[in-house]
Amino acid sequence: MAISLKVNGATHSVEAEPDTPLLYVLRNDLELNGAKYGCAMTQCGACTVLVNGAATRSCVTPVGAIEGNEVTTLEGLGTLDKPHPLQKAFIDEQAAQCGYCASGMIMTAADLLNRNPQPQEADVRAALADNLCRCGTHNRIVRAVLRAAKGAS
Amino acid sequence: MNLRRRDLLKSAGVVVAFSWSAPAVFAQQAARPALPGSLGANRMLDGWIRINPAGTITVFTGKCELGQGIVTALAQIAAEELDVAYERVEMVSADTARTPNEGMTAGSLSVENSGTALRLACAEARQILLERAAAKLGVGAASLTVADGTVTGSGKKVTYWELAHDANLNREATAKAQPKPPAQHTIVGRSIPRRDIPAKMTGGAAFVQDLRLPGMLHGRVVRPPRHGARLESFDESKVKAMPGVVAVVRDGSFLGVVAQREEQAINARLVAVATAQWSGGSELPDPAKVYEQLMSLRSEDRVIAEKEAPVPAGAKVIEATYHRPYLAHASIAPSCAMAELKDGKLSVWTHSQGVFPLRATLARALGLPPGDIRCIHAEGAGCYGHNGADDVAFDAAVLARAVDGRPVRLQWMRDDEFKWEPYGPAMTMKVKGAVAGGRVVDWAFDVWSQSHNYRPGDADGVNLLGSWYLADAKRPGPARHAAQPNGAGDRNAITLYDFPRQRTTHHLIMDNPVRTSALRSLGAYANVFAIESFMDELAAAAGIDPVAFRLAHIKDERERAVVEAVAKAAAWQSGEKGDGRRGRGIGYARYKTVATYAAVIAEVEVNRTAGTVKVPRIWTSADAGQIINPDGLTNQIEGGVIQSASWTLHEQVRFDRNGILSQDWSNYPILTMPDVPSVETVLIDRPNERALGAGEAVQGPTAAAIANAFAAATGRRIRELPLTPERVKAALA
Repeated sequence: MAISLKVNGATHSVEAEPDTPLLYVLRNDLELNGAKYGCAMTQCGACTVLVNGAATRSCVTPVGAIEGNEVTTLEGLGTLDKPHPLQKAFIDEQAAQCGYCASGMIMTAADLLNRNPQPQEADVRAALADNLCRCGTHNRIVRAVLRAAKGAS
Repeated sequence: MNLRRRDLLKSAGVVVAFSWSAPAVFAQQAARPALPGSLGANRMLDGWIRINPAGTITVFTGKCELGQGIVTALAQIAAEELDVAYERVEMVSADTARTPNEGMTAGSLSVENSGTALRLACAEARQILLERAAAKLGVGAASLTVADGTVTGSGKKVTYWELAHDANLNREATAKAQPKPPAQHTIVGRSIPRRDIPAKMTGGAAFVQDLRLPGMLHGRVVRPPRHGARLESFDESKVKAMPGVVAVVRDGSFLGVVAQREEQAINARLVAVATAQWSGGSELPDPAKVYEQLMSLRSEDRVIAEKEAPVPAGAKVIEATYHRPYLAHASIAPSCAMAELKDGKLSVWTHSQGVFPLRATLARALGLPPGDIRCIHAEGAGCYGHNGADDVAFDAAVLARAVDGRPVRLQWMRDDEFKWEPYGPAMTMKVKGAVAGGRVVDWAFDVWSQSHNYRPGDADGVNLLGSWYLADAKRPGPARHAAQPNGAGDRNAITLYDFPRQRTTHHLIMDNPVRTSALRSLGAYANVFAIESFMDELAAAAGIDPVAFRLAHIKDERERAVVEAVAKAAAWQSGEKGDGRRGRGIGYARYKTVATYAAVIAEVEVNRTAGTVKVPRIWTSADAGQIINPDGLTNQIEGGVIQSASWTLHEQVRFDRNGILSQDWSNYPILTMPDVPSVETVLIDRPNERALGAGEAVQGPTAAAIANAFAAATGRRIRELPLTPERVKAALA
């Protein structure tokens, strides 16, 4: 069935079953790379997007349940030419090894900065506690979030 | 177990194992001069470099980006030697149709092998370009200067781009052009930002997972409950009737589905899983007795080092046994591949660490000529060794055969990855040593391990999971020893310390009761954990500070320098004591005996009631010879420290006799953001020394530093990893 979705400010109509996880619609129908498949169990955070500004695990969110809501993916935050302060800070801090977790980290951090624009380091670590990184880039990621917060103040 | 084989070469009182099977490639090329690094097997200059009239350079490497920053580092080396701006260099990596064959991107060898080849090839290309420029300008080559590809002499100018057609690089390298002296480097040695990071931060297509081909379908595979089980039946019509299903592929006990949409493939897989009936399959070892069981298996034993000297009377003798469990690579992304079989030609997009070995093995598994297969590297998430990357490429190829020219994208599900990837082997290390007069006077080290190398590319087997289940079932290759100094299960088993008497024995377990292969640092993690834990035990027996005790047994200046540097950075106090809860420990090794020198000091906090161990701070020092990219090196070192802390504190593959129990992150927990230590890294740059592989250097030292810190804090030692609350409570009881 056709489902109407508002993603990154544009409205799309996609043919999918309403119980289809949002993740697959974003990746395959809308061809957005940001949200990543990691576990499909809300354990790793690689698929995190914003729904009405709140960090949401797209791997278990049925697409039918978010009709009429505003979805933002990594692509909706900013672009190579006009990066969001978080994206710029992640690049400046070289906050990646493989970078597969980065989109989920950035989206979760965007939610944090919306709620708490001047977080302490411990706040950042707590907010990202359920986003897994396997390469050991955690400390750079924390520095990048703090840098983005500082730059935006 | 008795020593059955001793392939040993005696020299100067030290016994070392030697390799009896040089790769065939060397035999064929025996008549040609040896060339350094990967040039030896890939001798044509234009196989490495192309000068483009449009003002760019294309550099080809057989090594691939795994998140370690290698493509950036290699581009720096090429730009440096060619005297062009870094931005002009385009990189093409690991494609069987386009790049040199550099085997695996593994063993921290890429800067050493590919970097060396590129340095020499680019220096030679520059020399050829200068000769052409000299002819064109009518000026002696010696008087020419180059700046960003523009050659100047006697007031005249010509560019590389104008010379591109003239300068013939279609010739064998001689490796005779002298690379630049390090003092002249302006690109090598700088923290140039990684070229792959901007796309990854903005949603660019950066990973194999992000590939989308026209007409692409989605595949999933169905695995048995146990290794080696037989598929008796499944409800094929029910699976076929699921929405979107295009093909159901059964070949022997290999089962997979292909559907129009990804979620349809996932749903069809669930029905196949639910209706499949399996029989047989092998039991796993008893987890409560796994180490004893492993040690009772068939093994091939070798003494890999031996030094004789008398043990003084009255020496204090101690011994200890250490263990590490099976560890998962646990990549954050389940493995993924795309395959397309069109007009008899198979194309595979893969995050394999070795596109050429994968191609050779796919050819044997699928009965295709290697020339009809193209393997193209596309990045996956960090793999840290041999994970499911190659297996999923095979699975995708089998599914692609069933759908008539349409590309199939297959990403394993999370449980596929955890249950079926080859693990880093469980290992046991037994050490016996003696001290007298503050010196180690005897040392015997025995390590038992399954093979760490069941990778594709084996000459006597097909190391691809799915191929073992085909009707025409393939068999994996045998366990093999790897020559020292690299070693495998015995990597870093030979102590680096200057002991007058020592004996090191590697017991290679020939059976494979649990599927294993290469995990970052191979045996070095466990061997260094054991050696460095035992050094602390010997230091305690001798009543000497652990740092001073190590330094007393190290002659080499660079080895001493990293130990001294980390002790200084951490403000180590000789004889410092823990307080029952908090303490610090050190670990040191030179990776593979010939690569990066690294030392680590860890601080731990022990919660004696809960049995938890937290590592708030780590200091580390590293000497990787000439540093190509300091920030890239720091990133690798820090990442290695944190990953090793995660292994050491939390990780073990859980299983029972019937199967693997670690199926997702809840039963394979790793270190998370709130518990990650701060890491302070001291890099020792040695611009005039060879660049050394660094990606695996700190795994072992970190484990030892944490275990030693726990012992320093509590006075009790844990010799079996990881440091779980049960073990901590038992140790403190």
